[in-house]
Amino acid sequence: MSEMTKPLLEMQSVSKEYNGNPVLKDVSFTLGQGEVLGLVGENGAGKSTLMNILFGMDVIHQTGGYGGKVLIDGKEVKFTSPLDALKAGIGMVHQEFSLLPGFTAAENILLNREPQNKSVLSLVFGDRANTIDRKKLQKEAIDAITKLGVSLDPDMLVSEMPVGHKQFTEISREISKSAIRLLVLDEPTAVLTEKEAEMLLKAIENLSKQGISVIFITHRLQEILDVCDKVIVMRDGRIINSLDAKATSINEMARLMVGREVSAGSAQNRGEDREISDKVVLSVNNLWVDMPGETVKDVNLEVHEGEFLGIGGLAGQGKLGIPNGIMGLYPAGGTVTFDGKTIPLNNPRACLDSELAFVSEDRRGVGLLLDESLEWNIAFPAMQIHEKFLKKYLGGLIKWRDQSAIEEVTEKYIKQLQIKCTSSKQKAKELSGGNQQKICLAKSFALEPKLMFVSEPTRGIDIGAKALVLQALKEYNRKHGVTIVMISSELEELRQCCDRIAIITDGAVSGILPASTPSEDFGILMVGKTKKEAK
Amino acid sequence: MSTDLKKKFDARDFLANNIVPIIFVVLCVACYPLAGYSPEYLVDQIITRIVRNSFLVLSLLIPIMAGMGLNFGMTLGAMAGQIGIVFITAWNVVGIPGLLLAAIIATPIAVILGWFCGKMLNMARGREMITSYMISFFMNGVYQLVVLYGMGPVIPIHSDQVILPRGYGVRNTIDLINVRRSIDNFWQINLGPIRIPVLTIILIALLCVVIIWFRKTKIGQDMRAVGQDMEVAREAGIKVERTRILAIVISTVFAAYGMIIYLSNMGTLNTYNSHSQIGMFSIAALLVGGASVSRASIKNVFLGIILFHLMFILTPQAGKNLIGQAQIGEFFRVFVSYGVITLSLVLYEIRTRREKAESAKMLAQAQEVQA
Amino acid sequence: MMERIKALAKSFGLPRLIITGFLLLLFIIAPFAGISVGASLTDTLGRFGQNSIMVLAMVPMIHSGCGLNFGLPLGIISGLLGATLAIETGITGPVSFLLAILYSTPFALIFGWGYGKLLNKVKGSEMMIATYVGFSSVAFMSIMWLILPYSSPTMVWGYTGEGLRTTISTEGFYYHVLRDFLSIRIGSLSISLGEILFFGIFAFIIWAFLHTKTGTAMTAVGSNPVFARASGISIDRQRTLSVIMSTWLGALGILCYQQGYGFIQLYQGPMYMAMPAVSAILIGGASVNKANITNVIIGTILYQGIVSMTPSVMNSLIHTDMSEVLRIIVSNGMILYALTRKSGASR
Repeated sequence: MSEMTKPLLEMQSVSKEYNGNPVLKDVSFTLGQGEVLGLVGENGAGKSTLMNILFGMDVIHQTGGYGGKVLIDGKEVKFTSPLDALKAGIGMVHQEFSLLPGFTAAENILLNREPQNKSVLSLVFGDRANTIDRKKLQKEAIDAITKLGVSLDPDMLVSEMPVGHKQFTEISREISKSAIRLLVLDEPTAVLTEKEAEMLLKAIENLSKQGISVIFITHRLQEILDVCDKVIVMRDGRIINSLDAKATSINEMARLMVGREVSAGSAQNRGEDREISDKVVLSVNNLWVDMPGETVKDVNLEVHEGEFLGIGGLAGQGKLGIPNGIMGLYPAGGTVTFDGKTIPLNNPRACLDSELAFVSEDRRGVGLLLDESLEWNIAFPAMQIHEKFLKKYLGGLIKWRDQSAIEEVTEKYIKQLQIKCTSSKQKAKELSGGNQQKICLAKSFALEPKLMFVSEPTRGIDIGAKALVLQALKEYNRKHGVTIVMISSELEELRQCCDRIAIITDGAVSGILPASTPSEDFGILMVGKTKKEAK
Repeated sequence: MSTDLKKKFDARDFLANNIVPIIFVVLCVACYPLAGYSPEYLVDQIITRIVRNSFLVLSLLIPIMAGMGLNFGMTLGAMAGQIGIVFITAWNVVGIPGLLLAAIIATPIAVILGWFCGKMLNMARGREMITSYMISFFMNGVYQLVVLYGMGPVIPIHSDQVILPRGYGVRNTIDLINVRRSIDNFWQINLGPIRIPVLTIILIALLCVVIIWFRKTKIGQDMRAVGQDMEVAREAGIKVERTRILAIVISTVFAAYGMIIYLSNMGTLNTYNSHSQIGMFSIAALLVGGASVSRASIKNVFLGIILFHLMFILTPQAGKNLIGQAQIGEFFRVFVSYGVITLSLVLYEIRTRREKAESAKMLAQAQEVQA
Repeated sequence: MMERIKALAKSFGLPRLIITGFLLLLFIIAPFAGISVGASLTDTLGRFGQNSIMVLAMVPMIHSGCGLNFGLPLGIISGLLGATLAIETGITGPVSFLLAILYSTPFALIFGWGYGKLLNKVKGSEMMIATYVGFSSVAFMSIMWLILPYSSPTMVWGYTGEGLRTTISTEGFYYHVLRDFLSIRIGSLSISLGEILFFGIFAFIIWAFLHTKTGTAMTAVGSNPVFARASGISIDRQRTLSVIMSTWLGALGILCYQQGYGFIQLYQGPMYMAMPAVSAILIGGASVNKANITNVIIGTILYQGIVSMTPSVMNSLIHTDMSEVLRIIVSNGMILYALTRKSGASR
């Protein structure tokens, strides 16, 4: 930044809390014109909240606003909607594409901002009867693409584009908006091939040369080194360090990202080093899963009997796809062997029959019958798979629901897991997130499985419930000897419960380490450094 | 090798994508010798049918563009048109001025009905078609209430030509002698036995131009955007609800005009049947032309009308000559009309589903290549 | 207390409240208009007996998440095939009713199976496609009624000797076989226990079925198909089963209707028969994806009550019979209301 002018963007001790939980604490930084700022941090480190504040998203106002100041050109601003931010020249490209498949790149770039010609009919019917000036639309789109400096055919339909071109279309749209000065890119390279990613990085440099500042959020640390001027590392809602990108290394950033000071809590709670049997109970070979946003490409994994295995990794890398694929919820391929038998894929029933169970990360969508009673939710899978809670008449011809047995088992789990509800007849949708999660656990416990997949068990539930859920899982593993595979985005949580932790990057296992390994090592696995260095 | 494979796929895709028109071509070719009509007669008939129906079928295009599927609610427009026709017949307004007046009366009614329909469809997102279908049933009841009981005592109409002898309610059939073929006869060229009503054809051509122009306007672009993805359109600042309502209103108004042209050509009004029949036949014709729930063009409209009505003319006669019963042919064409709609809807759903399954195939392939 | 009443009214639904109120009003006015309440009740109950099974045919499909069964005509056609085949045999009396049920069953099973398979391919747009499957099958059977080689003189057209008549009397075969079975007369009120018993049996079977393992699975599929799949249930199989059940009940329903009404209606007869049944169960408090036996009973009584009471009361009051028009508005309005409600939006 030049000395005379004020920085383009400045944040002064910005803070934010949701329902009393602080998620951002004292965040301050400056960004000059044409600068490229790298923003790194684990999921939940506060990056998205920070961006939501910058863009004046509704979710911020609805939860009581934020503390501190946001300054543009040295003047304080308070955006009330993303439109305000846009007017001030700030644009964002999100991870999910917001494109129309049947429109060309040019049409998408100028969506709802098409250049128009007035006609006689516009006088009668108003502005919406203006015809669209195709030539000008084409020209403006090409201008934006040229400014970005990528090769993109303006006449290509989005539905026929490779992913990279979709990403370029999105960015071009932001650039085509007049007076764009700051562009926020949220993990733009996550979905790109190496070649496309390189093109994008070039484009970022181009923009920077033209005086447009960029905030670049990514998990690929090499890219930060390649294009950024500065790096901000966030963790637990704070800026841990602000580094000069030219003078740092991947190792340093990775350590800062995940490294926690050895806090009293986590160390004591961590799983004692146990003797785990050598017997492999579940082996997964060449697994691929087509789960949108969590694609698994090629996973090989072995789980030992009685083990508590953790699967971690950053969002979108494919860790969630593993249990969903094995349990038949998304199309999958490869071989999965459990207890010496090959498990047929794409067949949930076969998995359950082999005494596997799954607690889904999507509680409301997959985990629960929201409109039915707790009794139904807990008893249903066990009833269907193992014919429990049924009274049989006429030599098993009629299998009648055994209401009293269902009530009994529900009451048992309500007590055991301390589920807060008015009665076992309450509808599942009326419970809080934490209690819903407990119902999901109870449902799987009732199946009495040999191996249980638990996916993001603590997502979206409060701290008290979190501890209880983890405790219940741990107990279930230790006391009943049930093998558990837990998938979680929170490394600390995995380190508390698990014996070993596998880290998934780019749809494959990048490494498996004992839970007692320092966090930094996991951090390095997460950002997939090994792969990048090889290149 | 790969190009070879592609070509083969294309042939199959072509067949799969155009199965409905292909069935109809085969059907018509098979029925043609059986029916034994002269080509001149058929050409004349087809021209009449095109003139009669194309305005109505064209009115279906805009909601499809806006992603709202087949507008079964076009019956509402037809009702509005009929009400206009009832009025001018009662007031004895003759010829083209009469039809113009009917259009003027029908417009506000069609706008209100279309707005109501659009509002309802916004409340039933994802099941627009069944809802628009039920709206047409529901409004049919309201229409009957107005026409059968309201006209006479509440709405002052006292023409003996129109009102039932009991003093209220409109007759079952009304002879539209005042306006019969008045647009067609205004400027007609005869080529031997073939009659070509030039003015009507100009009107229809004009509507085609309007629709083409409409696609190029801002509102047309917005509708296409809304039709593809409501959320993306909303994010870009397009007023989704308004746009959808507008699509239905425009369609309803066009349907009203189409109905007036249709009735003037027919020369009689079946007060309690015309509108529901016309809804089904228009939709069937559009689908026969190769349109789907999400895509339809002007080409589909004309191809559809030609094929569908050719079948309509040929089958009763073919049935009579083949089995000696014209009734079978009549039942057959009813079956075909419903069957075509069913088939098109099912094919559309299956195709959408297949497209979704594509990504899994690609992953599996990637694995195979690696292995 | 007020809040509880309000909550009750809310759960009951405003349209339902209006319809109930309207029906009560009709019964209150009736004596003043010179109409015997007993006769009206008899009429209503008779119609209940005739129509209730067809309304019951909605329940399995709603439970499995297939939505409202607009494809009821397919079941009706199975019933019609059974009925005509039974008459063709020439066997008269109550036995012909059993025969009709027997003959229609295989058709219902086969049609239902195919229809179920089709609906599995078009998840999400079941209702629209069901409607047109119903229409197409009615139109197709119209051709079949003409050319199938029936020969019983009670059924074929007299003058050509081939092709079935549009309406065939059940007189001498199973006319009123249920209605006259265990019929009680109290003054002007007559109640047919036979019909009610017949409905009761099937209502009980459905109720019981929903309490078994398979019934529970079916409900779960309708409530949350992804949950059911994750619990190892084959969604497609449950849905197909529900469609077969609905189709078979549709077949029984039309037979039950014919014995009360006295005629078999062929050709375009079954075309719009789904609408009253759909509307009745919605009036009874069902939604697009939730329904139970109580909804069936309440709905059929309310719907048929209005259909039977309105014409007589209106006629005697304003000397105009606009009941048919009102019926169209009320029944289709009810369906429209159910379709546009947010709560059912998951389907």
